Amino acid sequence: MSIEARNISKHFGSYTALGGVSLKVETGRLTALLGPSGSGKTTLLRIIAGLEFPDVTADPTAGRVLFHGADVSDMPAGQRGVGFVFQHYALFKHMTVFDNIAFGLTVRPRKTRPSRPEIADRVNELLRLVQLDNLGGRMPDQLSGGQRQRVALARALAMQPKVLLLDEPFGALDAQVRKELRRWLRQLHEQLHVTTVFVTHDQEEALELADEVVVMNQAKIEQVGQPQEVYDRPASPFVIEFLGNVNRLAAGESRLRTPGKDVLYVRPHDVDIQHGSAIRHGLAARVLHIFSAGNYGRVTLARADTGEHFEAEVARDRLRDLQLKQGDDVSVMFRHVRLFPRGEFTEADVRDGKLTETKAGAVPAHGAGEHI
Amino acid sequence: MAGNVSTLAYVAKHRQRRSLGDPRWMRFTLIGAALLFAGLFLVVPLAAVFTEALRKGWGAYFAAFADKDAQAAIRLTFLAAGIAVPLNLVFGLAASWAIAKFDFRGKSLLISLIELPFAISPVISGLVYVLLFGAQGWLGHYLAAEHPLFPWLQQWLIARDLHIIFAVPGIVLATIFVTFPFVARELIPLMQAQGKDEELAALTLGATGWQTFRRVTLPNVKWGLFYGVVLCNARAMGEFGAVSVVSGHIRGETNTIPLHVEILYNEYNTQAAFAVASLLTLLALVTLVLKNLVEWRHRRALEAAAASDIRQFAT
Repeated sequence: MSIEARNISKHFGSYTALGGVSLKVETGRLTALLGPSGSGKTTLLRIIAGLEFPDVTADPTAGRVLFHGADVSDMPAGQRGVGFVFQHYALFKHMTVFDNIAFGLTVRPRKTRPSRPEIADRVNELLRLVQLDNLGGRMPDQLSGGQRQRVALARALAMQPKVLLLDEPFGALDAQVRKELRRWLRQLHEQLHVTTVFVTHDQEEALELADEVVVMNQAKIEQVGQPQEVYDRPASPFVIEFLGNVNRLAAGESRLRTPGKDVLYVRPHDVDIQHGSAIRHGLAARVLHIFSAGNYGRVTLARADTGEHFEAEVARDRLRDLQLKQGDDVSVMFRHVRLFPRGEFTEADVRDGKLTETKAGAVPAHGAGEHI
Repeated sequence: MAGNVSTLAYVAKHRQRRSLGDPRWMRFTLIGAALLFAGLFLVVPLAAVFTEALRKGWGAYFAAFADKDAQAAIRLTFLAAGIAVPLNLVFGLAASWAIAKFDFRGKSLLISLIELPFAISPVISGLVYVLLFGAQGWLGHYLAAEHPLFPWLQQWLIARDLHIIFAVPGIVLATIFVTFPFVARELIPLMQAQGKDEELAALTLGATGWQTFRRVTLPNVKWGLFYGVVLCNARAMGEFGAVSVVSGHIRGETNTIPLHVEILYNEYNTQAAFAVASLLTLLALVTLVLKNLVEWRHRRALEAAAASDIRQFAT
């Protein structure tokens, strides 16, 4: 079942949680709402679930939520056919795991309620699905965090929801369990193909798990796209900074200068280091710190002209060949950069010291070809 | 060398012991003071009640309850508590549910209002009722008025011959007022701490408001609710000040147990006074035992659940 949110605004007092957000999620997709805290992602999720309601505006087409084209905006949460998993699971403390999972079935009106043995069968089946076969008799406080998470998921799945919504599903778990559960959730999604939306502030989680990533910031959607697309072609300075490591350098007052572009972003793995300051197109810098672990070495550098610090990720072999020491003066080349004038951006590849634009934002790029 | 090591170990051990707590004399002084205080202010009076009550033997003890007036007082106390406690239970649940789970205008005002009876001296609350419903109060003036606001209401009230002050309704009203905050005060912090997530979860699972309340909210607060009811009941039966003002001390009619104790005591019938008082004391002890029993059973239920689980694992 596809989900559509049309022009959703939500204010809490004078605080804007969502400022006119529209979103479409295709059937069977696993979608991540990614953003820092306060970006409105959880509010959007709760509005889709019917736990929160959008502001009423003069425009009757605004603030609507549609499931498979049908308007559910005025439908209470219980009738939307939505499975919701809360950040802290919200398991019923006084009920066993079994009763927790059965709850959604036992509260149905008598006419549509399955019989006792049917409910038991369904619950046992779900317990197997979430790999908690023997724990039906336990109370929630006798479970580990990861187990509780899975009970919450089974409870939501018991009503065979057409849409599954998860609020920070791995937020309260430690790193190891988190990774495991993430893989497991992906598997489960492959198995069930329920349209799923989850909220996270962890970019790695979103990029690794989701079919589609919705990046949110300050009550707005910044970019929607597949993980690779969002990572490789970030649509705004916010997205590039939020997704992965990146160096932000002033482009305004140096040999990096491109008229109209103030900020330059370069990923650490796009920074190449050469010995000596004599290289024609290079940017002079000094090595501040070297640390290598695994296949890559991390070199912290200071620009000679502005003093800005930035990082380079260099393959270990290359690092050995270079024989870098702390305090060395070096030349730095950037393989791929993104330049942003205030609000807009240009993306460029660098070949032979020349910028070659590959993609431009709304403002036409000026002075492409500036040496770096 | 070895000697050095053992000395070091001894010092380490000794230090650890020292660092664990305050000097011995200070610990004993503190514990002693606490015990002395509890003994002096709790155990001695408690023992005194029963020794005084039984001073003339079991015969005299039970004779105090055979008295017609004493039995009337006991009946009235149970009646007042029997009305006040269920009403406060329903009200307390409703109020704390509203306060903890919903946001609305005037919430803090409602919280302050609920606490009001705690802030006011019970005697004052009694006087307020006299002022409202007494012969010289608003109700009295209304009944005596020649041209009242609603003549039919005046007629109806006169025909019923409804007395509130110096009568049973006044005692019930005063008891309700004084015990008003007990259940709500117990539940509000508990419900607030539990938050709304479980209720919202029940909602997304399709439960109605009533199902959510009965199957999620209520079970989560049942021990707190029980504790609130126990406290409310103890206070309802033991209330003296407010009830004393509205009662009028009519023997066999408007005397509750505490008022009856006072009368007996003032008549130098000390043994009977303590005998009747021991009833209230027993009630207090029973509530304490009940409370502990309930907590113990709750714990045991949890442990049993854990144990059955381990069995499941083993098979």
